[in-house]
Amino acid sequence: MHSEAAIREPLILGHKTYHDITTDIVGPIENKAPRGWYILTTIAALIAAYGVGCILYLIGTGIGTWGLNKTVDWAWDITNFVWWVGIGHAGTLISAVLLLFRQKWRMAINRSAEAMTIFAVIMAGTFPMIHMGRIWMAYWVFPLPNQLGSLWTNFNSPLLWDVFAISTYFSVSLVFWYIGLIPDFATIRDRLTKPRMKRIYSILSFGWTGNAKAWTRFEEVSLVLAGVATPLVFSVHSVVSMDFATSIVPGWHTTIFPPYFVAGAVFSGFAMVQTLLLVMRKVMKLENYITVKHVEYMNIIIIVTGSIVGVAYITELFISWYSGVEYESYAFINRATGPYWWAYWSMMTCNVISPQIFWFRKLRRHLGFTFFMSIIVNIGMWFERFVIIVTSLHRDYLPSAWLQFHPTWVDVGIFLGTIGIFFTLYLLFARYFPVVALNEMKSILKVSGESYKNQAAAQHHH
Amino acid sequence: MANKVIYAVYEDPEQLKDGARKLVSNGIKVKDTFSPFPIHGIDPIIGVKRTRLGITAFMYGITGTCLATLGIWYFNIFDWPMNIGGKPNWHYYQNIPAFIPVTFEFTILCAAHGMAITYLIRNKTLPGMPARNPDPRTTDDKFIIEVRTGDNHGHSAEAITDLLRSTPVFEINERQY
Repeated sequence: MHSEAAIREPLILGHKTYHDITTDIVGPIENKAPRGWYILTTIAALIAAYGVGCILYLIGTGIGTWGLNKTVDWAWDITNFVWWVGIGHAGTLISAVLLLFRQKWRMAINRSAEAMTIFAVIMAGTFPMIHMGRIWMAYWVFPLPNQLGSLWTNFNSPLLWDVFAISTYFSVSLVFWYIGLIPDFATIRDRLTKPRMKRIYSILSFGWTGNAKAWTRFEEVSLVLAGVATPLVFSVHSVVSMDFATSIVPGWHTTIFPPYFVAGAVFSGFAMVQTLLLVMRKVMKLENYITVKHVEYMNIIIIVTGSIVGVAYITELFISWYSGVEYESYAFINRATGPYWWAYWSMMTCNVISPQIFWFRKLRRHLGFTFFMSIIVNIGMWFERFVIIVTSLHRDYLPSAWLQFHPTWVDVGIFLGTIGIFFTLYLLFARYFPVVALNEMKSILKVSGESYKNQAAAQHHH
Repeated sequence: MANKVIYAVYEDPEQLKDGARKLVSNGIKVKDTFSPFPIHGIDPIIGVKRTRLGITAFMYGITGTCLATLGIWYFNIFDWPMNIGGKPNWHYYQNIPAFIPVTFEFTILCAAHGMAITYLIRNKTLPGMPARNPDPRTTDDKFIIEVRTGDNHGHSAEAITDLLRSTPVFEINERQY
């Protein structure tokens, strides 16, 4: 049996048995939901309903209800799109990249991080679709036979690459998530006694048996899916960055964009995972599974990716001067000192300076501080996209065309609405799905569980 | 004599592996094992062959690459050479760099979904299938070895259970089938 160094902190605290893991994680699904869940879900659903209303108003009236103008023709919609796609990067990174690196701490958080990924990508996908104006023609993004020429989609365009990247990413993440869920649904199925619930989980569990061959196949599928999902994660945000980088707009036209966007995506994704998990571990009493060590590991990733983002910002700034291209250097001087200076400096403070505080061990293991920081990082990452998009556009080559962007209530309503929909979906997930990959957790119990580790250490000393 | 199926229930995967080793070394064929999580190292003991799902993923992936290449060539080169800035797409090879992202994404799409569907079908796990594990506890905290007397004509059910009792077994259940 694989053994782990005694010096490593245990990943499962307390004296747990296999059965305890099942009870701890399936229990909240079987019992009545706490009142807080109903309150939170109602608030989230109300915000979601308002957002849906704004979207319907937008579709009914037209894109003119947004604050766009002839100079700033891309603003909050694409900012929100990139922000949500970025958030949607942590889940698959945790489950795929950390699986390939055999990081066992991923097991406690991968399920909920992947759920977050899926919901965030749904929110991201909403924005390009509603920005089309005629959403009923959204299927035109696919190369379908038609009687218009025949007219095909342009495979040279990064916007089309995005269609393929996002839809592949969404569907592959969904399948990866669901394949992991099947054995856990089977556990719920075999425990439940109420016939209606049992029937539902029986359908969801696809008749899982857990025999030797099924587990062999399960492990092979997980490994290969992780292998193909890893380059996929990196490709998705690279392609998103190319929506900007392949254009000739000063401020967008930079080769540094793909790695810089990927790092930023992982950075904001982990921040959102922290926001959600810090609340969930408390409310659902999962402190023994999602431990302070898990929070610390994620904070370390936040420092690393935050530093990469910081280096990218400074490189961009340096190159804009070093290139000697007037337009390029103006774009960056304008970002830092122009009318949007406050957005630029919010971004710098939230993304570059504040994560460096996590070098203090005490603070990166402090739950309240981590929660606060996770919100700061997400605000910073929203501003990053706003800065890249709006400040590069609002002053173009003709000073007579220089304009400011002012969001309308529809812009704000749709953005808030997507946050509402996201939290509604996440709360439903937390109520009805096993939020921790419980069967995976059982496989590390006797290696990384606190009581078992200490036993092994005690035996070693004799 | 009616055929019997014997379920030996263990509480730990390592104990189950010891039990399975003992059975196999005495010439008894183990039909299957059921467990809440993968038991690493059980496959060679009870003779489960390596899965070929990885190979299918590769084949689905290659199929995706070919389909994407063929499709893009047909759409953007052959059927409608798109003219961008006075530079029409006459040749596939001149446009390859711009076609890489979609070709790559479609390869991943086909590999992942092809393998996932094959996995579900091969495991006979599809929506609405009934649960077929012999004991509901195998998805919680119990590990079961299944032995069938029909597979082991040289051994009586009693001999097999006696052998199992010499291992740290939690309980033994017998059923007719």
